This record gives sequence, C-alpha cells and structure tokens, in this order.
Amino acid sequence: MEFKNLKLSKKTTFIVWVVIIAFVIAAPEILPVFRLNLLGRYLSLAIVALGVDLIWGFTGLLSLGQGIFFALGGYCAAMYLQITSSSEFPNNIPEFFGLYGVDNLPFFWEPFRSPIFSLFAIWVIPALVAGLLGFLVFRNRIKGVYFSILTQASLLVFFNFFNGQQKLINGTNGLKTDVTQLFGQMVGSESMQRLFFWVTSILVIAAWFFAKWVVKGRFGNILIGIRDDEPRVRFTGYNPVIFKTIIFSIAGGLAGISGALYTVQSGIVSPQFMTVPFSIEMVIWVAVGGRGTLLGAILGAVFINYAKSLVSEALPASWMFIQGGLFILVVTALPEGVLGWIQGDGPRNLLQRFGLKRKIETYPSLEVTNKEGNNE
Amino acid sequence: MAIGSVLLVAALGLAIVFGLMGVINLAHGELMMLGAYTTYVTQLIFKLPLLKPYYDAYVIVSIFLAFIVSGIVGILLEKTVIRKLYGSPLETLLATWGVSLILQQFVRSVPLAYGTGLVISLIIGLFLPATFSLKIKESINFKYFKFSSWIFAALTGVLTGNLISSSVSKLSRASARNVDVTAPAWMRGQVEILGTAFPKTRLMIIIITLISVIAITLFLNQSAWGMRIRAVTQNREMSDCLGISTEKVDVLTFGIGSGLAGVAGVAVSLLGSVGPNVGGNYIVGCFMVVVLGGVGNLLGTVFASFGIGIMTDLIGAGRLLSIWPDMPLPLSNTINFFATTSMARVMIFALIVIFLQFKPTGLFPQKGRMVES
Repeated sequence: MEFKNLKLSKKTTFIVWVVIIAFVIAAPEILPVFRLNLLGRYLSLAIVALGVDLIWGFTGLLSLGQGIFFALGGYCAAMYLQITSSSEFPNNIPEFFGLYGVDNLPFFWEPFRSPIFSLFAIWVIPALVAGLLGFLVFRNRIKGVYFSILTQASLLVFFNFFNGQQKLINGTNGLKTDVTQLFGQMVGSESMQRLFFWVTSILVIAAWFFAKWVVKGRFGNILIGIRDDEPRVRFTGYNPVIFKTIIFSIAGGLAGISGALYTVQSGIVSPQFMTVPFSIEMVIWVAVGGRGTLLGAILGAVFINYAKSLVSEALPASWMFIQGGLFILVVTALPEGVLGWIQGDGPRNLLQRFGLKRKIETYPSLEVTNKEGNNE
Repeated sequence: MAIGSVLLVAALGLAIVFGLMGVINLAHGELMMLGAYTTYVTQLIFKLPLLKPYYDAYVIVSIFLAFIVSGIVGILLEKTVIRKLYGSPLETLLATWGVSLILQQFVRSVPLAYGTGLVISLIIGLFLPATFSLKIKESINFKYFKFSSWIFAALTGVLTGNLISSSVSKLSRASARNVDVTAPAWMRGQVEILGTAFPKTRLMIIIITLISVIAITLFLNQSAWGMRIRAVTQNREMSDCLGISTEKVDVLTFGIGSGLAGVAGVAVSLLGSVGPNVGGNYIVGCFMVVVLGGVGNLLGTVFASFGIGIMTDLIGAGRLLSIWPDMPLPLSNTINFFATTSMARVMIFALIVIFLQFKPTGLFPQKGRMVES
C-alpha cells in the first residue's frame, strides 16, 4: 500500500479553515435545533475519524474495532451522568438497577462519582484498553488483514459482553443520558445541546491540531515508514511495536472523547455503538474524505453522515445501496479519497477527458498511460 | 456439532478464497444468505402442483442450485470488483463490505421472484456463449452473438421472474422479514446413534459437510484444475510463465469458494429462519476459523471449525458443570457467568486471541521462511 504523502497547499487549507470557522459560528444561529444537534453529533464523529486516519492513513493499520473505544468513552460519560443524577432514586443508584433487583452499586461504578476522574476516564480508559490490545497484537507481528480481523473479533467480544450484562450496565438497553442533570440543567435541554455543539467544535479543532502535531516531525515520519515498509523500519533499528502501540492508543483516546461527545448529544449510549457496521463506516468516512489527509477525515465524517441522514429521510431503502456503492467506488476509483483526488491530478484529468483543458506536454518517451485508478 | 459443520462449509469456502487468493471476502456471509434464500425459493417452487410429487427432493436440488447461484454471484463479483484489487487486501475488504451491504439491501427491497429471474438471466448470459461452436466464436461477429445471447438471457430472466411471481404469491412482494424453510418429512424426527438422539436435520447437515469436504479435497488434489489452483497459490508469476491462465484460475477459485458459501447457506436455512442479516452472524466466526486453522490449510480449517463449534456448545450450555459436578465454587461461578450464548462467544473469541499470542500463524502454519508475507 504505497501512495504519495499527501500535503495540502497553504492556500486551500486557509480557505477551508475560513469556511469551517464561519460555519461553526453561524450554525447555531441559522440551523434549527434538530439539525444543529445532528451536526454536533457528526462533528464529534469527526474526532473518531481523525483517530482512524492516524492509524490507517498514516500508519497503515486498518482497525475495524474503533467502535470499542468509541463506546467505552460513551459509557464513561454516561456512567458519570447517571450516577450524579441518581440521588432521587432508591439506594442512591441509577434507576435501571432497580429493574434487575440490584441494591449495591457494582464496584467499578464507584469512581465515576468524581467528575475529575470521569473527565479523565473518558479518554484514558479507551486509550489504555487500546494500548493493551494493540501491544498484544503488534508484539506478535500480527498485521495487515489479520489485524483487521482480530480487531473485529475484539469488537464482537466487547459487544457481546456489554450486550449481555444487564445487571452491570443495563445490557442491550444502554444508558440514557438526556434526562440526567449536569450543572443543574437537563442534558437533553436546548441550551445544553447548544453548549455541547460549541464544545464539540472546539474539541474537533483541538484534536485536529493535536493530530497534526503527532504526524509531523520524526514521529510522523516513522509512522509513514511503518505504513510503507515496515521491515525496513525495523531493520533500521526502530521498534515498530512501540510506535504502533502509541498511535493505536492515541486513536483509542480520540475515539473515547468522540464517543463521550456523541453520547451526550444523542442522549443514549448502547451496545449498538459497538456493532460491526458502525466501525466499518468510520473507515469509509476516512476513505471517502481522503486518507492521509487529516482534514479529509473530518470533512468525510461530517458530510457522509449528513448525507446519510438526508438520504434516509427521503428514501429510507436506498441508503444501503448508496453506501455500498460508495465503498466500491472509493476503493476502485478514488483510492486517495476526494481530497486526495482534488490535490492530485484528478480535476485536470477529468477536464482533459472532456477536452476542456489542454493535455500536459510530456516528453514522448515519458508518455505514461495511466494504469487503473491513477487518474480518476 | 451442527454449528461446527455449518462453520466448516462456510469457512472452507472462505479458506479457499482467502488462503489461495489472499482476498478477504466480507461478502461471504451474504453469499451464504443467498444460498439460504435459494433454498427457500426452491422449496416454494417445489410446492407448485407440477413439481409437488418430487417435493421431498427439494433439499438435494437446492444444494446444487445454491452452489450455482452463489458461485455465479461470486464470479460476477470477481470479474467486476475484486479483479482490480489483487494485492491490496485492505481495499478488497472495504469493497466486499460494500458489496455485502448492497446484497443485503437487494434482498430486502427486491421481490424474490424477480431476484430469481435476475440470477437466471445471469446464469444464461454467462454460460450461453460457452455453448457456441468454435466457428461462431472465431468469427468477427462474435460480439453480436454475445450481445444477443445477453438479450435472450435478460428476456428469459424477466419472463421467469413474472412467471414465478404470478404463480407463487409469497415471492412476489419484497419484504425484510425473516422466512422459514421447513424440512421435508423424511428429514424430521430423530435418529438414535450410540444411545444419543440426533435430530435428522443436523445429521443431514453433517453429511452435507462431509461430502463437500471430501469433494473439495479430491478436486484440489486430483483434478487438473485443482493442480493449477494449487500451483497459482504457491507461485503466481511462475505459474503464469508456465502457461496457466491465472485469470481463469482466479475466477474458478472464487466461484468455488462462493459456491461453498451457498452450500453452507442451505445448511443455515435448515437450522433456523432466514433473514437478510443471517450472513453477518457467521462471517466473523468463519474468519476466526480460518485464522485459527492457519491460512491456506484445509486440514487446519476442519479442526478449527469443529473445535470452535464444540467449545461454543460446551461453554454456552454450561456442559462443563454437568461433566464435572463438584468443581470448586469460584470456578463454577465463573462458568455459570459465561453459560449463555453471547457470553460463550465472548469467551471463545477471547480464547482465540490468547491462543494467537502463542501461535500467531494458527494451528497448522505453513512451513517456510520469509521475512514478511
């Protein structure tokens, strides 16, 4: 899997930024609350997409299990919210425990009474789990497709576990957050949702800068080295295991933050966040946006999800067709994603094909007949 | 055992596709689903007055039909999508996932009768040109013949679709609901073997499995095409140089792998009800079998699938407790904790992940030295 390292030109980046910031400022004013809430959710998904881009686009590890970390973050947030607003229920524990006849709080809920612990738990726990999982897998030099399958299997392990444990975390029903209280206000209320939108926007930008910082410099170079030729990196004297573990746990942490934000805005966290399709969808956002471009991941996540909600509202049955087609189209025709296509020779080639633009003069012997996929 | 057998047939197909071609086919589960739906359609068609006397034989017929249907869809998949993606397994994975989404939605929103029509026209369209005499094939007008044969195929497909939908009302409307396949009379009831009662359907599944395993082993080891497939697996460039058409081998391998998924689908339909999501339940299990057994190794696949099937049964049904009644309390508590189907899967997958820590290449690794594969 070798493709050139994509870099955005300064001018495009600047324009895109202006558009984004203007939109974030204007959105709460012009959009109805329902749409704003959707947009906020999709922005939080952009954070997990950034994580996927870090491990897939830059390091070449295709994880199909990001849902684990996403949901873990969501559960951490939901557990805190549930427990702080449980004072009116019997035994001072969240309401659902009563349904299953549980009187004592399970021990692992206890620390979530502290807001500071919870705030850390949201990203530390997923990052730790990811680090552990990653270390075990990478240590054995399991990679490529096997890595993908193993992450998918772990996803199922977590899904089945969370789905089956009614008495610990309310099983398949999930934890509701929209009727809980935070700062004396309902989490589901309009003003809180507006607040969450702002928090999400800021965090997306922060995560973007963080990811940018991660991939630049020597660390980023090693990541790309691992992606393009791992044995060579190892023979040069670096230990790829450490780097892969670090980047995998960073992606896990990002997924956790994203999950927490998504949870408070959608009002519930449930094992549905850990289903196989959802985790693969995360990959496709990145693939469509342009892997290896951080901005592409963000835009891909937001636009595809927005398109999804619009299409499913209009024609419920057709979204699966469109999504499936998108998968095939992206991998066969646009391997670098939309953003990569724009930066590359894509538009020029398209215009050429319709005779709107003159072909680039090439030295006859260098006249390259582009092989499959390179010029579309 | 029956779960193990279903896994085995499905994983066998997957092992062939994955082990021999290095292609991750996430649509494998959906090919199983197509096989299961084929059984359902065959069953309903056999209920028509014309075929009623032969109703009991529909299972046997549907095995072959399912093999052909899934195989054809698989070949189509190979020719259109996967061909472009050899050598990049991760991309294949995403593309086949897309295919699986489309297939699922297809089953949901297209009436089965027309789906059948479409498949029939595909079969005719792909095979009719092969029946032409050599003279026609060599003539310049061959592409017109080919084109007209596709038109003929499409017409037949539409006609069959209409015919089926008018005669079998159940198939004329699209629905996302699960359907049930009822086993014919001779497959109901139980058989006593060695003092324990086996349901006949499960026995049938095991027999189907045995036959397909034997058939595929014979095919790979004895026939000329099997030899070519093995040659391409071992060294693609070299086989190409020696005049083996790798393209044909790829199509064939993929077709057989997909066909086996269809056969597995028949078995699935005998075990429970059939829905658009039936494939997803098995696909990860299949991959686990392939990974556990070692890639490109049929024997490993056999062992791994039975191992997983038996373990699931042991843990999920809490059988360990009845075998060893007076085990220490903490241990028995742990076992009770895992004694549900979902927790058993947790346990199995966790065990597999731990196992791979010690033997990363599976039960029967391929021998040889390489830096990276």
